Amino acid sequence: MSNIFSTSIGRKLLMSLAGIFLLTFLVVHLGINLLVLRETQDAFNIAAHFMGTNPVIKVFEIVLFGGILIHIIYGMILSIQNGKSRPVRYKKDNHSQTSFFSKYMFHTAIIVGIFIVIHLFDFYFKAKFTDVVDSVTINGKHYHDLGELVIEKFKMPVFVFGYIFAFIFLSFHLHHGFQSAFQTLGINHKSYTPIIKAFGVVYSILIPLGFAIIPIVIYFFR
Amino acid sequence: MDFTLKIWRQENAAVKGKFVTYQINDISPDSSFLEMLDQLNESLIDKVQKPVCFDSDCREGICGACGLYINGRPHGPDDAITTCQLHMRKFKSGQTIVIEPWRAKPFPIIKDLVVDRSSFDKIIEAGGYVSVNTGGVPDANSIPIPKANADLAMDAAACIGCGACVAACKNASAMLFVSAKVAHLSLLPQGRVEAKERVRKMVDTMDELGFGNCTNTGACEAECPKEISLTNIARLNREYYAAKLS
Ligand code: HEM
Ligand code: SF4
Ligand code: FES
Repeated sequence: MSNIFSTSIGRKLLMSLAGIFLLTFLVVHLGINLLVLRETQDAFNIAAHFMGTNPVIKVFEIVLFGGILIHIIYGMILSIQNGKSRPVRYKKDNHSQTSFFSKYMFHTAIIVGIFIVIHLFDFYFKAKFTDVVDSVTINGKHYHDLGELVIEKFKMPVFVFGYIFAFIFLSFHLHHGFQSAFQTLGINHKSYTPIIKAFGVVYSILIPLGFAIIPIVIYFFR
Repeated sequence: MDFTLKIWRQENAAVKGKFVTYQINDISPDSSFLEMLDQLNESLIDKVQKPVCFDSDCREGICGACGLYINGRPHGPDDAITTCQLHMRKFKSGQTIVIEPWRAKPFPIIKDLVVDRSSFDKIIEAGGYVSVNTGGVPDANSIPIPKANADLAMDAAACIGCGACVAACKNASAMLFVSAKVAHLSLLPQGRVEAKERVRKMVDTMDELGFGNCTNTGACEAECPKEISLTNIARLNREYYAAKLS
């Protein structure tokens, strides 16, 4: 008998579980990011420090990177296989009534993927592995001044645009992805599925919007 | 009504095919799409040219033999019908109609618009049946089945195996077809006995044949002539996890 994760449905199961984990992670990440808009960056720096050092969070960090990798790797395998399933394409391609974004999951994902890599180099690796980030003292303790780093970055129009651009595409990805993950898990119910779908649309707009507001506020008001 | 037809012509799987344009006039709005093609073929035969090959059998939407990809949609521009049930009044006179075969790696072209759908037969052979001895014909209502399940099984059983779901899907996934077969049998007590083995074997066979992975786009449901619902795919997923993880 074949291993469940080498089959089409099994791979989708892993992708959806990883996807749902990423969805919860995004909410936490946004919650912390919004702290940077406070009067001072102290709360943000303390939260970032906590996220970077707390042992429980460290475990989750491994799960998170594992989840991202699984989602990306399986997403790639799946897309390559799907391409091969139709070697000769139609002249008049797909005019069927379907969700628009569902057709471009791979394309939106590529942009989000590139963003994730740049993002990691900009903040995560800098804080972890180099000492280019300034230090700040809050209540006698030393912290990385990541808040200042964020503000510096978002004073540059390229970063503001790039950041907003990436989140628009994340929104597209999640517009289909959110409800898709539940269908993959086998959750489809007469009364609950419309609620999941509606919630997914709200999520896919509000969460990326929340992220995108931060550079706008910093650029214009700081 | 007059039409310009752009039809895929291909001698066999080994040679390259191409689109050939035909002009056809004086078509009755009440003729079916296949009758229109019959008329085209008559005229081609008159001109001692090879007629366009396409599949059909019952011509009343019950056998699943017909299937053309018409202007970007399997079974053409109407919902919940097969190609044989499509009428020319659904088109505008003077319109160009592009007619293509189902395109998927597991559905190789035999000739022109005819594809080999025996991949579906292989999936059925892998487990789409009940092989346990169910005895003689039971008395009515001697095997109690909840009405809700009977209805769901009946809806799933409506699948005629036409392959429009595969043709419509951007991934050429056969999940709607497989889910209809799995759901149909797993909802009934006679089919329950072999449910786990069935779902494992049918999904494995579907993968081996080279059908794509489902990404829940819903194109299959939108084009299925029998309106098989995506809820069947969710049920297939549940059945599959239960079978694999137990
Ligand atoms: C480089 C990054 C990414 C790649 C390559 C990627 C790739 C993909 C692909 C190819 C799909 C398949 C389409 C489908 O199943 O409907 C998908 C689905 C999905 N993605 Fe992503 N994605 C990425 C990032 C993300 C992120 C950051 C999140 C969430 C925060 C996410 C959440 C989801 C969800 C929930 C699904 C639906 C899963 C399912 O249907 O089972 N993805 N992704
Ligand atoms: S599920 Fe619908 S589209 Fe697919 S083979 Fe069955 S009847 Fe045809
Ligand atoms: S010919 Fe039988 S369904 Fe169309």
